[in-house]
Amino acid sequence: MPRILPPARPIRKPRSPTLEPFLALTIGLLVAASVYLFLARDLPRNLIGFVLLSTAANLGILVSGRIGSMAPPLVARGADAVVADAANPLPQALVLTAIVIGFGLAAFALTLIVKSHRQLGSVRPEDMALAEPQNTEQNRRAIEQKEAA
Amino acid sequence: MQTLVIAPILIPLATATLTALFWGRPGIQRGIGLFGALALLAATGALLAQALGGNVMAVQMGGWAAPFGIAIVIDLLSAIMLAIAGLMAVAVAVYAMGPGADERDKSGFQPLFHSLMLGVCGSFSTGDLFNLYVWFEVMLIASFGLLVLDRTKEQLDGGLRYVMLNLVGTTFFLLAVGLLYGLTGTLNLADLARVAPTVENQGALAAVGALLLVAFGAKAAVFPLFNWLPAAYHTASMPVAAIFAALLTKVGVYAIIRLFTLVFAHDTAFFGPMFQVVAIATMVTGVLGAAAQSDIRRILSFHIISQIGYMLVGVALLTPLALAGSVLYLIHHIVVKANLFLIAGAIRRESGSFALARLGGLWIAKPLLAVLFLIPALSLAGLPPFSGFWSKLAVIQSGLQAEAYLLAGAALLVGMLTLYSMTKIWNEAFWKAAPGGDTPGPRWSRGQKFACYAPIVALAGVTVTIGLWTEPFAAAAMQAGEMLLDTDGYIAAVLGEQRLAQLPTPNLIQLETIP
Repeated sequence: MPRILPPARPIRKPRSPTLEPFLALTIGLLVAASVYLFLARDLPRNLIGFVLLSTAANLGILVSGRIGSMAPPLVARGADAVVADAANPLPQALVLTAIVIGFGLAAFALTLIVKSHRQLGSVRPEDMALAEPQNTEQNRRAIEQKEAA
Repeated sequence: MQTLVIAPILIPLATATLTALFWGRPGIQRGIGLFGALALLAATGALLAQALGGNVMAVQMGGWAAPFGIAIVIDLLSAIMLAIAGLMAVAVAVYAMGPGADERDKSGFQPLFHSLMLGVCGSFSTGDLFNLYVWFEVMLIASFGLLVLDRTKEQLDGGLRYVMLNLVGTTFFLLAVGLLYGLTGTLNLADLARVAPTVENQGALAAVGALLLVAFGAKAAVFPLFNWLPAAYHTASMPVAAIFAALLTKVGVYAIIRLFTLVFAHDTAFFGPMFQVVAIATMVTGVLGAAAQSDIRRILSFHIISQIGYMLVGVALLTPLALAGSVLYLIHHIVVKANLFLIAGAIRRESGSFALARLGGLWIAKPLLAVLFLIPALSLAGLPPFSGFWSKLAVIQSGLQAEAYLLAGAALLVGMLTLYSMTKIWNEAFWKAAPGGDTPGPRWSRGQKFACYAPIVALAGVTVTIGLWTEPFAAAAMQAGEMLLDTDGYIAAVLGEQRLAQLPTPNLIQLETIP
């Protein structure tokens, strides 16, 4: 059975016009909150900012697949296409993948923060400027002394 | 052909799994790791030989037809990048058997290294935007682990900076993927290239393009998103820093070239000038940042940034010569930059420091190392007869041809400043009298010395070969540049007869003539 390409804009008009603006506002709110948290000089807050931002991105994918239809995207017995006016399953698959990846990344970042809290005694980036010390004469001498030791 | 096309993904996957199974048995791990790297080089070499024949190889995973399933697409640019990644995998796998191998392997270097190669090779071969996101994440999580391998305080600090910025970068990527899907209804790159010019809301499409540029730009360390790179790279252990310097930023550059020649090529008027500004700013800030540094690793890290600017000239101008210049520059830069980091590791091993002030007298003590440093260093600055000369020549010539005089002038000036940085390392580490009191590094076993120097000599050999026998490399780069601009050929190769079935008939006849 030859498959046919979907047209350039395959997605139907949303059936419930009230939900999309609401979701758009939610996404905007999440992004604003995450930007606020990213500005904090405190790594756990930044991490929560990342979690909120990835939630916003996931909602964005979901909305871009258009919401509205409640019909499950199943192929009826004997038919060779999904039932008419079915919900779009692709964004849900994408979001599922993205949630798993985002969770993994957040878990790793959290472990890294805990580890550096134990080793460096702080979760504030300015207290741990070890990788990139200011290029002053004093600092350079300190590094050289450390290397010599 | 099917197996060969996915071999660059399967081989690192198998190697990573096997090395993870032999956790705690470093000897076996190293053997498997080296074998896997060699197999990867062989497979990617075979793919490159096929791609040089001029056809785009596309495989649909699971047999799901093109725009619906996941497509693995290898065109010439992908094949070139894969082959060079294979070469780097072998060089670093050998180098990682040198000093410090046991500690590294105990912390899990081998599985992480091959997972990184898995992500890199997947990114180079995929033909689907969401799949590219997934490969980016594979690469990213492996690179997080590699960066903090020794768990020193510096690494934790550098690692946190790297992790935080990349988390934001990938989320931007994900957001852009969602928006692009909303605009076009597809995520297959070839299908996107077909649909993108017909999208009504071109303004929104350009905004998505800008979002993708931010996401890939953060990965490629372009201006102004480069701060994480010099904060993190120098803290990693040397084999890790070398593979990062060689491949991580280049995956970002590859993604930029792929997306902006394929999907956003119709909007050159908007993106072209933007890329020109970004390229110039990246070149200049990187090289000026390097001038202020006094640690070999940090000088080299800043030079990665400055060189990324050259690679963006191709997408800024979108002429065949400019894209060929970018491709040639990618090949040259990956080899040279990885080699410089390997040499920095050898310098550290020989004389105990990375700080220029504490180095000296290596020209007398280690003349071989000095010559081996000069080759990639002069190549980086663009002096003939090394590889950097030809790639800079192509980039600058394409700039002059397209009358982008500012771009060409900046490229020339930055080349000169690069030479300044390299002579600084040369004067301090090699020519200056040894500052005294430096005890020589611990004694090497013969095997360690071989593992350390063999990749350096081999990569220096590649640099000289590209420099003296440029013709085949330049021809391949030209062909890759022309293939990148031939979006119709790419679309036809991926979507196949399906597209023919859908499009109105006039195009049918034209398309059938394209191989």
